[in-house]
Order: sequence, then structure tokens, then C-alpha cells
Amino acid sequence: MALGFLLPALALLGALVVYPIVFSAYRSMFDASGNTFVGAHNYTRIFTDADSRTAMRNTLIWVVVAPSLVTVLGLIFAVLTERIRWASAFKMIVFMPMAVSFLASGVIFRLVYEGDPHRGVINAVLTTVHDTFSSSSVYPGAIARPGSPLTPAPGNAFVTTTGIQPGHMVLLPLVGLPAAQLPKSATQAVPAPAPPPDGISGTVWLDFTRGGGGVQNHVDPAEKGLPGIRVQAVQAGKAVASTTTGPDGTFAFTKLPAGTYTLKLPGGNFAAPYQGVTWLGPSLITPAIIGAYIWIWAGFAMVLIAAGLAAIPRDVLEAARMDGASEWHLFRRITVPLLAPVLTVVFVTLVINVLKVFDLVFIIAPGSVQPQATVLALEMWRVSFGGGADQGAGSAMAIFLCLLVSPAIFFNLRRFRQEQ
Amino acid sequence: MTAFSAARAPARALSWVSKGFVQIVLLGIAIFWLLPTLGLFVASLRSEADNTNTGWWTVFTKPAELTVSNYQKLLSGGGFTASFWNTIWITVPATLLVVLIASLAAYAFAWVDFPGRDWVFLVVVGLLVVPIQVALIPVARLYGLIGIFGSIPGVVLFHVAFGLPFAIFLLRNFFMGIPRELLEAARIDGCGDLTIFFRVVLPLGKPAIASLGIFQFMWVWNDLLVSLVFANTDSQPMTKALQAQMRQFGANIDVLAPGAFLSLIVPLVVFFAFQRHFVQGLLAGSVK
Repeated sequence: MALGFLLPALALLGALVVYPIVFSAYRSMFDASGNTFVGAHNYTRIFTDADSRTAMRNTLIWVVVAPSLVTVLGLIFAVLTERIRWASAFKMIVFMPMAVSFLASGVIFRLVYEGDPHRGVINAVLTTVHDTFSSSSVYPGAIARPGSPLTPAPGNAFVTTTGIQPGHMVLLPLVGLPAAQLPKSATQAVPAPAPPPDGISGTVWLDFTRGGGGVQNHVDPAEKGLPGIRVQAVQAGKAVASTTTGPDGTFAFTKLPAGTYTLKLPGGNFAAPYQGVTWLGPSLITPAIIGAYIWIWAGFAMVLIAAGLAAIPRDVLEAARMDGASEWHLFRRITVPLLAPVLTVVFVTLVINVLKVFDLVFIIAPGSVQPQATVLALEMWRVSFGGGADQGAGSAMAIFLCLLVSPAIFFNLRRFRQEQ
Repeated sequence: MTAFSAARAPARALSWVSKGFVQIVLLGIAIFWLLPTLGLFVASLRSEADNTNTGWWTVFTKPAELTVSNYQKLLSGGGFTASFWNTIWITVPATLLVVLIASLAAYAFAWVDFPGRDWVFLVVVGLLVVPIQVALIPVARLYGLIGIFGSIPGVVLFHVAFGLPFAIFLLRNFFMGIPRELLEAARIDGCGDLTIFFRVVLPLGKPAIASLGIFQFMWVWNDLLVSLVFANTDSQPMTKALQAQMRQFGANIDVLAPGAFLSLIVPLVVFFAFQRHFVQGLLAGSVK
């Protein structure tokens, strides 16, 4: 009789869960073709092959970082929501991502992490904040007119190639700037008036006449000065004086000690504008995806911990409060210890979940960055289905993954025994 | 009395300030949590050109950018609509089958005596954490042999099998709580196991079955990996269809944003409608 009730379940579990574990273990000892026995070779490969080592390293980062962050955040949210009236609305909002597929979350976070600050919301915020506190340069992309006294120097700067004695005037032509990009204050460029014997003067201007014409390295009519450019007079590698160009592009140093100077237009004038952070690049991809994971799972931790919190007897807390314990003390000495079982369950659940994380990495990491972002669960798919076509190595990875999560079986069984 | 409350006033003011601070922090967090989804929704309502040139937040200054043309284009294409129906044809049977098969098994584990019962149940509990990666290669081969690789039934069966351990665990624990007298009274009335199961256990188990059904529904609806391996282009659900567009994320945003939004709206509605059951299921059986 019992068999009739159990048969469908046991048949499915046997054929699609238990048998595959056995078959994978067997298959993992053969090569890609499945015909040649290779023993433990596929397993040693997991630890030596560059791609799977990256996957192992990333999985380790995930396990160390994500579950603890999510648990702590869930705990903070659960405790804080006890103090507000709209707790259930807050919980609903934070829990909502749990209902959304990893694919949709992935699309959502591709939009969030988009590198171009005109499209990605994080970089839009970052560049706005950055530009508020340090003005970005006005002339990115400027280049020195060939044949001019200027030559590029490290850090986007330009320096004069020849030494200049006080009492001289220099022309510093730049090109490569769209005329439309010039500041509105820019006026017709003029050659600077000759300086006093202890000064150097000059003009920085856009040496380009629209529609052609004009002589190179010569201030022509219809060519505009470049206002607001910092100019330094450098002697023996040290900037001894500095000034800024006027609306017509002219500048002047006075009272310079005798000697030979080079003029420098520092890189700050020409630095490319701040573009935010490359979230989806090889170096930040794993933290970026973990960020998305936290967004999804914090609600899970919060709901479980809040339920645990509700089960803490109020009179214990009240008694401690009457004895004059501070809120922080209550939290540390009573709430957290009483929550320990719930926190453990949340943490273990998250560790198992993180070991299996696949979709989120697969979706958020752009194809070109996947080798840097890969984790074991994804690498298993990549090796055996996504172009790798080596089911021997894939099986070994799957078995390895099984071994990693197997301690949780004992955790589950113990918890189950206790509940009985 | 007055002196007493005066002494307490600074403390009260402090707690009022800290309460206000908590409110503001939580409000900030709530906005932070809503913003990404809002961004997707707004992006799905902007033309491809607008999305390429500017961020979705520009609609707050230029509401005229909003358009439903992405949705019209997506739904008139046919391919996406087909994948939507595939999602339904995969999710609904996979959910119903898990509920049915698991409640039968859970009843046996809870109320039918047979040798080795507890050991078999422990094995099922052990299977809770098995990662589906371990079954991909063997089951793909098995499906190839019996000819259901790439078909909807194949995807459904896989989901059912991997949904069973959790489902049996959850339901068995709930069924154990049914008062023994109820079952014995039914037995004395001459009911067989099957009648008891349908007449007594299933009706009483409704809350747990609802939790389980919602969970399973969400898992299957949101799955990508299983369909990635076992579905082909004719049987693929929305998640797989959309994933194929991810390669050209920037250029396909007019497909991806509305598609992702449509794919998340059903689970979201289910979640809001059955929130209580969802949370109860979560509390009853985490660790999977």
C-alpha cells in the first residue's frame, strides 16, 4: 500500500536525482569523449586549469563575502523595522526581489551598472558627485599643433621643448578641440603684448580657422583664445610661477628671476572627464554581482530573522530594560544570542545557495568578462555545455560541487532530528 | 512629578531624534531597493534611441519620451508570445505534479507504517541540497535515449524531480501535525488510505500545499539553467528566450527591458496576492 503512494516520487527521485549522482561520479573518471578512462585526472584538472582555478577563487570570495553580508544586513533591517509603523511596507519592498527571476534581476542590474554615466545610474550619481566637488577639465582631447613649441608630457600635460628667457613672448597653439566645445567666454585670440624684461607672456589659442585658411602656428583672425588654462613657468623641474589665460588666450608672468624657463600646461587642463567606475570590467565584476545578490537575498534574511525576533519573549527584554541595560547592550547580550539558531539557519542556507549561484553571474557578466567572473556552478555549465563540450571535466566539477554542499546534509539532518 | 518628567525630557527628545533618524535611513533603503526595478520599468517604456542616448531618469524632465511601442513590437513578434506560453506550459504542470506526487509521498512518510520508513525519509532530506548541476549531463543523456530531450515534458519532469525533496519535507512535517484521532475516526468509518488522503489529509493540508505551490511556481517560472540545457528554441520559456538576447545588451534593450518586465510581473502578482503563504513556506523549510 505504502509503495503505491511512494512510487511516483521515488521513481522520479531515483531516475533524475540519485542515478545522475552515480552516473556523474562514474563519468567524471573518463575523458571528453567518454571512452578513455583517465582516473582522477579530471579532478586534478579542476585545481590546475586556469579557468577553473578562477572559478574556485571566485566561489571562495562569494562564500566568504555574500552570506555574512546578507545575514548582517537582514539582521539590521529586522531590528530597525521593529521601530517603525510602516514595517510591513518596508519588508514587502525589500523582500520583493525574491519573487523576481535572476534573469530579470540581471537585466535590472546591467542597467544599473552600465558604464556610460549617461545611462548607468550608479555612474551617473558618481560623476555628478565627483563634478560637484572637483570641476572637470574644459579641454579634454586637445593636441599640440605639430611644429609648435609644445610637446606632450606625462599625465596629459604639455611642455615647451625649448628654454625661454624672460623678456620673450611665446605662442602656444592647440588643436583637436571642437569649436562648439569652447567656453562662451572665449574671444578672438590676440598675440600677447611684449612682456617686461623680467616677464614672459604668451597666447594659448585654438589654432584652427573654421572653413580652412589661416596660417599654422600663427594667430589668425577668426581663431579663438582658450581661456582659463593654467600655465606654469618651470625652472629645473620646479614650477616657480603659475598663471591663468584670459578670454583672448593671453597670459603673462612678471618678476621672474633670471634664468631659462620651460612653460608647462598641466594635465589638469586636458584630463578626460571623470567617467565613473567600470563595474562590469574584469576587476570589479565579482563585487558588482555580489551587490546584485545582496539586493535579492537581503529580504529573505530579514523575513526569517524578523520571525525569530518576534518569537523572543518580551518580558526578558523588558526585565533587562528595567535593570537599566542600554539598547546596544540588549542587542548584543540578549537579542543576538537568542537569535543564534535562526542566524545559523539563514547563514547556512545562504552558503549553500551561494555555492550554486549560476544565473546571476551568467546574466550580469558580459560575455567577454565571463572568464573573470565565473564561479564553479557556471564553470561546470561552460565546460560541459557552453562551448567546452568536455563532459568528463564537467562531471568532475559537478561532483566537486556536491561534495562542497554535502556538509549541509548533516546540518539538515541534525536540525531535523532536533525538531522531532 | 513635574521634576521627574523634566529629567526624562532630554532622553525622550533623544529617542525621538533617533527614531526620526531610523525612519529616514529606512526610507532611504526602501527607495534604494525600489529604484533598480523602477529603472527597468521606465527603460521598458522608452524608445531604443532614447535608451541609447540618455538614462531612464531623464523621463522625469521629459515625460513625453514614454511610449508603449517596445511592448507592441515585442508582443507582435510572435517569438516572445510563444515563449510566454511555453513558460505557462512548463510552470503549471510542474507545480501541479510536484504538489500531487509530494503529498502522496508525504502522507506515506507521515501516516503509513512500512519497514525502513525513517531511513528512506532521511535520504530524501539529504537530497534537499543536491545541486542541479550534477544531474545536467546524465539527464541530458537519459532524455536523449528516450527521446524527450528539448521537449516541454522533459523540462517539466526535471523540475518535478528536483522540487520533490523540499516538497516532501515540507508537507510531511505539516501532515505529521494532523491529529491522529481524525485519521483513526476515518479509518473506523471504513475509509481506505486513498479516501483518507483525499478526504482528510489534502483538505487539512491546504495551508502547506498553498505555500509549496507558490514556491514551486516561482522556482519554475524563474528558472533559467534547466531550460537552458533541456529546452530547445521551440520549447524555450521566456527566461531562455531573453537570455539569448543578452549578448547584445545595449542594442537589444528595447526587447530585454519590456521582456524582463513582463516575465517578472506574473511572479510579482502571485507574490503580492499570496505573500502570507510565501513567507510561511519560507519559515517552514529553508536550507535548500
